Amino acid sequence: MAEGHDKEVPLKGVVSNRTMNIVVSLILMAVAAVVMIASYRLGAGWAKDVGPDSGYFPFYVSLIMFVTSGATLVQHLFQRRQDGERMFIAQHELVMVLQVLIPTLIFVVLSIYIGIYISMALFIGFFMMWHGHYRWYKALPMAIAVPVVLFVVFEIWFLVPLPKGPFEAWLGY
Amino acid sequence: MDAFLSLLHGFDVLLTVPNIGYMVLGILFGVLLGFLPGVGGANGIAILLPLTFSMPPTTAIIMLSAIYWGALFGGCISAILFNIPGEPWSVATTFDGHPLAKQGRAGEALTASLSSSFIGALIATIVLTFLAPIVANFALAFGPPEFFSVYLLTFCSFVGMGRQSPFKVISAMMLGFAFASVGTDEITGGLRLTFGTETLLTGFHFLIAVIGLFGIGEILVTIEKGLHFEGQSAKINPFVVWQTWKKLPQYWVTIVRGTAVGIWLGITPGGATPASFMSYGLAKRFSKDGGKFGSGMLEGVVAPETAAHAAGTSALLPMLTLGIPGSPTAAVLLGGLLIWGLDPGPLLFVEHKDFVWGLIASIYLGNLVGLIVVLSTVPFWASIMKIPFAIIAPIIIVICGIGSYTLSNAPADLIFMVMFGVIGYLFKKLDYPLAPMVLAIVLGGRTENSFRQAMLGSQGDLSIFWSNGLVGSISALSMVMLFWPAIAWLYRRLR
Repeated sequence: MAEGHDKEVPLKGVVSNRTMNIVVSLILMAVAAVVMIASYRLGAGWAKDVGPDSGYFPFYVSLIMFVTSGATLVQHLFQRRQDGERMFIAQHELVMVLQVLIPTLIFVVLSIYIGIYISMALFIGFFMMWHGHYRWYKALPMAIAVPVVLFVVFEIWFLVPLPKGPFEAWLGY
Repeated sequence: MDAFLSLLHGFDVLLTVPNIGYMVLGILFGVLLGFLPGVGGANGIAILLPLTFSMPPTTAIIMLSAIYWGALFGGCISAILFNIPGEPWSVATTFDGHPLAKQGRAGEALTASLSSSFIGALIATIVLTFLAPIVANFALAFGPPEFFSVYLLTFCSFVGMGRQSPFKVISAMMLGFAFASVGTDEITGGLRLTFGTETLLTGFHFLIAVIGLFGIGEILVTIEKGLHFEGQSAKINPFVVWQTWKKLPQYWVTIVRGTAVGIWLGITPGGATPASFMSYGLAKRFSKDGGKFGSGMLEGVVAPETAAHAAGTSALLPMLTLGIPGSPTAAVLLGGLLIWGLDPGPLLFVEHKDFVWGLIASIYLGNLVGLIVVLSTVPFWASIMKIPFAIIAPIIIVICGIGSYTLSNAPADLIFMVMFGVIGYLFKKLDYPLAPMVLAIVLGGRTENSFRQAMLGSQGDLSIFWSNGLVGSISALSMVMLFWPAIAWLYRRLR
């Protein structure tokens, strides 16, 4: 369990809301541009017997997205300074978010290669010890129990196959 | 009286041992999902959907909708006891619910909120029972232009009724449409926007988007606050329940108003969250004790809960009759229908009578069973809430991963889930709405198809959307909704 943070300590912001708004609208405009180009190549006009062609709908959808994201961008670029000073994330918050996001990404990628059961055991054990500051003898039973229960539920009871790796193969699954 | 007979038939379909068993199971799952922050009705149902593929559709939808009722009930437990809304629509419940719990009146607050949820849902279900067949019958005559105009109205309503920047609403929605276009073009059969990769051949499954946006994204938002739960004790016994029930009738005006607001916002795609806030706001304004709201008024718990539950229930009306879900959770249920090979829309009422009326009957029973189950198990749930987040969070993430993978056994979906999680996190923090994006991913294909068919029929003449009174008025209303923020801005300027 993450300990509560003292509210008296002045929070150190990493990035302001205004900056993040600008960054996200730029990303959305870039995505829109890519989709627009791809759709245009596909044919965004009128095709004989088909009506509006394959690229028609995505083209106009991303055109609208380009314009509205552009409007958001302009709005935040010319926003009065003090309104834009609200911070997007504080330093300790960013650390906490990354502490969850990065292990999650590793868990997901590992699942594809060594199977989901081993990965989740590692993930849960690691998460409890690092994020919750549990000792290994408290984390270990949890890290073993969850995969075992899920294995029984999915592979044996519901017969729904999940990604498996060499360890499960060694067990005969 | 047709509807009444059909409903009786529905109860006949519903009342089998497995159906009731799965209903109770669904409610228990739902409560668990509803009160844990980070999981909710929409992604809970998305995760459990693959497990129902082997069930008969009627049983499956009964269980899934029971999860939905359970989640609606469950949201208020953590809101009242821990001041942590398990679902966005229980935010307004914390305003007066938590102060009541702090005064040691948690039992009263819980009874009032659960009972008023039940009443809201019951009235909404009665409206659904009698209105749905009429709407479905009316919609039988719809062609592609009519359907497109209804889709248009749905999406434009998000712009007109959203509290976020209209530009952000539209950007989020269009991103959803763009995601929906990836993969096979349903009309020409050709591929598009796959950028030469095989993983994108089948496109983005909207359930992956739901699990990522609402599951992973929510966890990230939650963890950022460094959650630590400080719960109030949940003393609840039959005497408290009875005492509270005796007080409820004096709030009948609030209940009726909340239900009306809820039904209206549920049918139009406003959803349960704005309904609960609007109902709370109205109750505060019109109550003679309005000034005391926020310090622990029973009425302040009754108002948002009736509205949220009425909205959650009536969101099923457009989903069943027109194939347009009124909320993200209804959208996931719609996805389920499509997977089981049922095409939601007016024909559902003609071709799958058993299914529709079994489902409607299950709403009545599900809410009653939900009320009883939840009231009697409150202390149990409160004790689960004491499990530290460092244990619950990784388990929720693991379960989200399993849900994403089992959908189509595609490893890439796991990566997409995390990608949608990051999008969900950023969008939530920057006030981009998620609901229109999810609905755009779900309805993108249908919206596009109805547009292209209408265009093909008229040989590219856009005036087909104004060709008769019905389609014309829906299109005109859509335009009003779309430009509402601009109209409101102009009006303020001119005054």
